[in-house]
Amino acid sequence: MAIITYREALNQALSEEIERDENVILLGEEVAQFKGSYKVSEGMLERYGPKKIIDTPISEAAFSGLAVGAAMMGMRPVVEFMFWSFCYVAFDQIFNNAASVRYMSGGLINVPIVFRGPANGGTNVGATHSHTPENFIANTPGLKVICPSTPADAKGMLKSAIRDNDPVCVMENTILYNMKDEVPEDNEFLIPLGKANVLREGTDISIIAHGKAVHTSLEAASVLEEKHNINAEVIDLRSIRPLDVETILQSVKKTNRVLLVEENKPFCGVGAQISYLIQDQAFDFLDAPIKRVSAVDAPQAYSKALENAQIPDHNCVIASALTIL
Amino acid sequence: MEGLYHDATPEESDVTNKNDPDSNSSTLKHDSSSKTEVNFAQSECNINLSSSAKVDLLTQMIRIRRFEERSLRAYQQGHIGGFLHLYIGQEAVAVGSVSAMGQDDHIITAYRDHGHALAVGMDMDECMAELFGKKTGCSKGKGGSMHFFAPDKNFWGGHGIVGGQTPLGLGMAFALKQSGKKGACLCYMGDGATNQGPFYESLNLASLWNLPVIYIIENNGYSMGTAESRHSAGEPLARRGEAFDIDWSVTEGHNVYEVRETITNALEQAHKDCRPSVLEINTYRYRGHSVADPDQTYRSKEEIEEYKKNKDPISIFKDQLVQEGVITDEQVAEIDVKAKDEAEASAEFALASPFPDPTELMDDIYWETDNPGKSKSEGTMFFEFPKSNS
Ligand SMILES: Cc1ncc(C[n+]2csc(CCOP(=O)(O)OP(=O)(O)O)c2C)c(N)n1
Ligand SMILES: [Mg+2]
Repeated sequence: MAIITYREALNQALSEEIERDENVILLGEEVAQFKGSYKVSEGMLERYGPKKIIDTPISEAAFSGLAVGAAMMGMRPVVEFMFWSFCYVAFDQIFNNAASVRYMSGGLINVPIVFRGPANGGTNVGATHSHTPENFIANTPGLKVICPSTPADAKGMLKSAIRDNDPVCVMENTILYNMKDEVPEDNEFLIPLGKANVLREGTDISIIAHGKAVHTSLEAASVLEEKHNINAEVIDLRSIRPLDVETILQSVKKTNRVLLVEENKPFCGVGAQISYLIQDQAFDFLDAPIKRVSAVDAPQAYSKALENAQIPDHNCVIASALTIL
Repeated sequence: MEGLYHDATPEESDVTNKNDPDSNSSTLKHDSSSKTEVNFAQSECNINLSSSAKVDLLTQMIRIRRFEERSLRAYQQGHIGGFLHLYIGQEAVAVGSVSAMGQDDHIITAYRDHGHALAVGMDMDECMAELFGKKTGCSKGKGGSMHFFAPDKNFWGGHGIVGGQTPLGLGMAFALKQSGKKGACLCYMGDGATNQGPFYESLNLASLWNLPVIYIIENNGYSMGTAESRHSAGEPLARRGEAFDIDWSVTEGHNVYEVRETITNALEQAHKDCRPSVLEINTYRYRGHSVADPDQTYRSKEEIEEYKKNKDPISIFKDQLVQEGVITDEQVAEIDVKAKDEAEASAEFALASPFPDPTELMDDIYWETDNPGKSKSEGTMFFEFPKSNS
């Protein structure tokens, strides 16, 4: 298996799907000539030409809506947001149109579209460039949302998203783009949406995370084992909607303790829903209150000193875990 | 870079110098008022219409009006909820423009969509049942008045967010061009909708990428209760297309022949040159913005009566056809009776139809959950279900 970056894995997924299905196109700001703001689409303009790899002006509402209209007609557009933070100017197109057209038409019209791009803090770019909207996308029936955390997941899940007949929002992470790992070269390497990944088996506590928080959690789990003799299980949700409730509950029933970790803001965040589900469906298995670690509840700060304190690191995870062990 | 979207360009003169009639090769007209009387019956697209096609245009307009009058009554009787935006007065625009469409042309509009829906051939039953919120409605009771769809008839809705459909129409034109089809998308909007930002983003893209989208501004003079003079700077509205080198025109919408000519020319141009256009068509709505609008604050009764008297699209076309000897008053009366009967029958159908079951709330959200056998995803998709009645 080749070892490639998260960025290259996305490029492979896009390339393979464009080659496989003539309806797939990639559009967004700077995706073609500039090779992508984060170089995700490097080489693709040369390989597939300007009919498939399309540079747009800075008009998120229009190019998102254009892609939704084209998807209604049977195309499979992949829309790149330079940052997910910029989707807000296209909110109407994603939330009123992509999410609702199938329902409002009584199922007559499908919207097989992918919106993708980075959604993360931690890069000192301030509040307008650091949003993590997976929670309110997940709050919208009609949309799906996934947060791949490894190069292999990036490839296998993006490919599944492109083949999906419903709108899928893919939350990437600029900090993960350079992460390297083994990725299958197989054209049919598909990871189903809605399947969580148990990255570390354990018996004492379930640490449940998504996106970059998965890596923070793994780091914390090693320290918990080495320094505190605690055997933590770490689950990467991978997909928020659909959600692998079964894997979550199984783990909770085994460890009886839960810590939810995310870089999303806390109020009405992903963890809020998951802790509700756990208390509703596995209340009797809990030996301690469910704990949650998330980003500090303030607009994302610019200063390194502030932002480092804002996004949970492995020490926050360890400290929180120790309160329920 | 040689790019598909920058190549299929028409002659320079097609897209510039809009104010100089001599240098303008476009067939689009910019001023509807200053020209001398034109006999649109003689224009190329109308002169060869068969008598039955002409009668059909009249019939469609009458059907739309009778359907909507009947729906208004149903609303007043409490069978229809929410908003009901009536198209009465504007019928010639939908009927005339849809009649000019070819096989690969598509249409999308805003929430005042009953006229377009009937014009593309949706039947009264499914439309009325949708208004009643019934299972037999075109969207199984999930869309309502503002959200009719018939993709099999190239009709892509029915959209409730003002201006929200303008990028979608662009996408339809994009998909047509991408697939190599010689079709265009008619994207309708109101005068008020021209003040939404995504419309301008769309105009820029339409022109930049040479997309065959035709934006039709149905200018009925009002955005809810706000008259054009109070909501828009710079007249006419369609001239805003000029900033993007898009051909534009202003024409009248009470004469179905004129609408046909306007749209036929624009479609020809879109098919031939793969270029967008902005067509402002003056029209008028007789009823309030929606049924909930008492219509007493922003215009006078006299204004409405004046339009009805002089420009009612149905009366005008009826008189025209009688004068042409294509139809008699008696035949018109028959068409009218039939349309009323059809509308009445649709109301009876809607009333007799069952409501959807609450369990159907969960259908039609995702393709995937509607096709469990074919789904490739796993995991939980829904988190709360309708309470069971037991
Ligand atoms: C984004 C948005 N803002 C406001 C509304 C409420 N609204 C519905 S129709 C309308 C007026 C639109 O007028 P116009 O575009 O001229 O269309 P007309 O109703 O005359 O057909 C308003 C303000 C809405 N549906 N969507
Ligand atoms: Mg209006």
